[in-house]
Amino acid sequence: MATDTYLDLVNSGFTAKVAKQLGLPRPARLRRYRAGAPLVDGPVLVLGEGGDADTLAQFLSGTSPEHKGWDLDVRRHAGEGTRFAAVVLALTDVAHPRDLAEPLLALAPVLKTLAPGGRVVTVSRGATPDQAPALAAARQGVDGALRSIAKELRAGATGNGVVLADDVPVTAPAVLGALRFLLSARSAYVDGQLLPVDSAAGALPADWERPLEGRVAVVTGAARGIGEAIATTLARDGATVVAVDVPAAGEALAAVANRVRGTALQLDVTADDAGARILEHALGRHGRLDVMVHNAGITRDKLLANMSPDRWESVIAVNIAAQLRINEALLTSGDFADAPRIVSLASTSGIAGNRGQSNYAASKGGVIGMVQATAPLLAAFGGTANAVAPGFIETEMTARMPALTRQVARRLSSLQQGGLPVDVAEAVAFLASPQAGGVVGQVLRVCGQSMVGR
Amino acid sequence: MAATPSSPTAATTTGAQRAVVVGGNRIPFARAGGPYARVSNLDMLTAALDGLVARYGLQDEVLGEVVAGAVLKHSRDFNLTREAVLGSPLSARTPAYDLQQACATGLEAVVSIANKIRLGQVESGVAGGVDSASDVPIAVSEGLRRTLLTLARAKTVPQRLKAAAALRPGDLKPATPRTDEPRTGLSMGEHQALTTAQWGITRQAQDEIALASHQRLAAAYEAGFFDDLVTPYRGLVRDQNLRADTSLEKLAKLKPAFGTRLDTPATMTAGNSTPLTDGASAVLLASEDWARARGLTPLAAVVDAETAAVDFVHGEDGLLMAPAYAVPRLLARQGLGLGDLDFVEIHEAFASTVLTTLAAWEDKEFCLSRLGLDDALGTVDRERLNVHGSSLAAGHPFAATGGRIVATVAKTLHRRRAELLAAGEDRPVRALVSVCAAGGLGVAAILEAV
Repeated sequence: MATDTYLDLVNSGFTAKVAKQLGLPRPARLRRYRAGAPLVDGPVLVLGEGGDADTLAQFLSGTSPEHKGWDLDVRRHAGEGTRFAAVVLALTDVAHPRDLAEPLLALAPVLKTLAPGGRVVTVSRGATPDQAPALAAARQGVDGALRSIAKELRAGATGNGVVLADDVPVTAPAVLGALRFLLSARSAYVDGQLLPVDSAAGALPADWERPLEGRVAVVTGAARGIGEAIATTLARDGATVVAVDVPAAGEALAAVANRVRGTALQLDVTADDAGARILEHALGRHGRLDVMVHNAGITRDKLLANMSPDRWESVIAVNIAAQLRINEALLTSGDFADAPRIVSLASTSGIAGNRGQSNYAASKGGVIGMVQATAPLLAAFGGTANAVAPGFIETEMTARMPALTRQVARRLSSLQQGGLPVDVAEAVAFLASPQAGGVVGQVLRVCGQSMVGR
Repeated sequence: MAATPSSPTAATTTGAQRAVVVGGNRIPFARAGGPYARVSNLDMLTAALDGLVARYGLQDEVLGEVVAGAVLKHSRDFNLTREAVLGSPLSARTPAYDLQQACATGLEAVVSIANKIRLGQVESGVAGGVDSASDVPIAVSEGLRRTLLTLARAKTVPQRLKAAAALRPGDLKPATPRTDEPRTGLSMGEHQALTTAQWGITRQAQDEIALASHQRLAAAYEAGFFDDLVTPYRGLVRDQNLRADTSLEKLAKLKPAFGTRLDTPATMTAGNSTPLTDGASAVLLASEDWARARGLTPLAAVVDAETAAVDFVHGEDGLLMAPAYAVPRLLARQGLGLGDLDFVEIHEAFASTVLTTLAAWEDKEFCLSRLGLDDALGTVDRERLNVHGSSLAAGHPFAATGGRIVATVAKTLHRRRAELLAAGEDRPVRALVSVCAAGGLGVAAILEAV
């Protein structure tokens, strides 16, 4: 993995001063998960009027009579001189674009003193074509405002939102789960994203530190890079992990499996019986299968003009056809039915396209279509299918990019740096968790609010 | 030397619990001086254990015992297996010991653990073996060694000078390990060349064995058969010695390597003899209860085993002919014939070892006079022999071969049994494993599919 030397330079001593005086981009060291660290590092301001704002404030502060909350230091007004670690804007009640003024202007002075690694999270409802135009305008206005605020934030602070469907209460597990994820250090590289929560399904975990306790998760491509981080993170969150990779990667795979106290399964995901073998291993060894993470993927970049059939076909075979076949095996088995989770790795290339990656983007766009169409098939037993779309992540793959291209790619996001494999893994772990049951068929970007695509 | 079957012991009757093979793991075997040239026995054995632990989720597990060994061993590796356990993710409370019986080390380790499981002394264990023909110990000469020891004991300066004066230039030449038989001075290949000539084994027949070995091993790799038996190591994904594209023509072109000074045609080449190899293997054994409690599938039970030795020193039998004696005794004790075996694994030390053993069993005179049978033991169906290839293709890191064969055959048995059951045929499915070893030793075992 390449080191971001520039990030080191602008964060230490003399070079930091020079960068500041020259007005150079100054990416911050991001706050990342550490066991035992507080959820947020300071007081939390809850802005907004109405019942939902009160309910959220009560929950966050642990004063709700119905729910065991998170015991945060919650304020309802921005007092002079308070340095907030996070701001939650409850905007579920906006009915007209005019209504945005009060809460957003109340946020304005707080932004200047927001703590490093701070968080701005909006909680709003989705705009749909069947709504009154003014209501839809107000709700969609939140989207534009939040994305802009996220671009305004500095020092590793992020801005994200949770967007509820009309029939989803703010106390739904996935709303609270998403809110907690976005407030926490786990979402370090998630920025400028609005995550829809479309159902009240899901369950709050008994232990927020180990939400995957008792769950069995399969991770493909687990020998290195992002897959290794996913295996590690799921195990940290309590899951028993089956680490899968091609036989040729077996040595690294065994090391990962041993480190996470899981099992190694050497398997080519493109094999016809891959799904059956995954099921047999998970059920035989661990008694169940709850989470399927499709991370295995390859790139065979070429301009379409120069594309050979094998380059095109191998990418499609590994990145999407294998996932479809494995999912079909899981879904028809009857053994993947206890609030199961499918989390698939998409890519910003699959959203925005990327020159020289038509095959890869076809496969990753395919992943997005697949999770959208697979989620309804799992809904009956509380299951979900979602995708995580990484932006520029510091891996062996991006370390092979030409140095200048890599430097530029790193700065092309609001956080002005590449993410780490663990950032992707945290998003996967969230979507795999019981509390994310109301997030269905979505694509969660982990891209530091990349300038590429939405 | 008429051998009579020994009487069944308590452990071979139905009273004791079964010892089953649950699975195995090995690193791909490398040619000496290849990718593992700078890797120690301890590194390789630990890697084999690491892969086994990862495959079966044995991290922090206290196993009954780990038994393994190496034929070429450094003196510092006096506790090789225990050190490998301590370096693995197994619980440090897992006991271990080293075992050494030349090339039969791995199979004897399997038998040792299986017997303890059957007696209820342990519920689980790992049998393994490792050898490096690259990272071999080099000792000082006997002269230098004696001088150094005398020097260490010397107390006065004159005593020291006297001791040092005894040193001769020739003593400074290091002593490299030899695989020659100490009592005859002949290499294993030269010994086998004598046996090959004695039984009139042709070059063509040997090359055919070698070709089948390469073709079958290659086909098994292609079919993914080794996906849960082998874990890559140091960039090597498959056995380095494997030549998927070899042919009888290519094999026929090789020059004879052994038996060139005999008055019969020399037939043994580098192609139909195993090369010097580096590698390690490990086999997980357990009681059925132990396995099932962990969601592990028993593949095959270790039914019985027999060891034999021959007097090769006085030329009564060939050096590697002991299995020809061990197998009939083992079959007799179990009341089985060659026809009751679905699979026969005869370690390919040389292609001609397999052929001389088969020839002996087909020879009525030999079977009557030497084995004390009423008739020839019989013929082994070649379609049941070394079905996934053997040492000629995979290579032969001495102590690691037994573990390779046992894990491979256990999986083969389990598959065959499942296929038969699916076809409505419920009958025992058995395999014979036979490994010859230096010193005129031979170990044979019978496994039965679970």
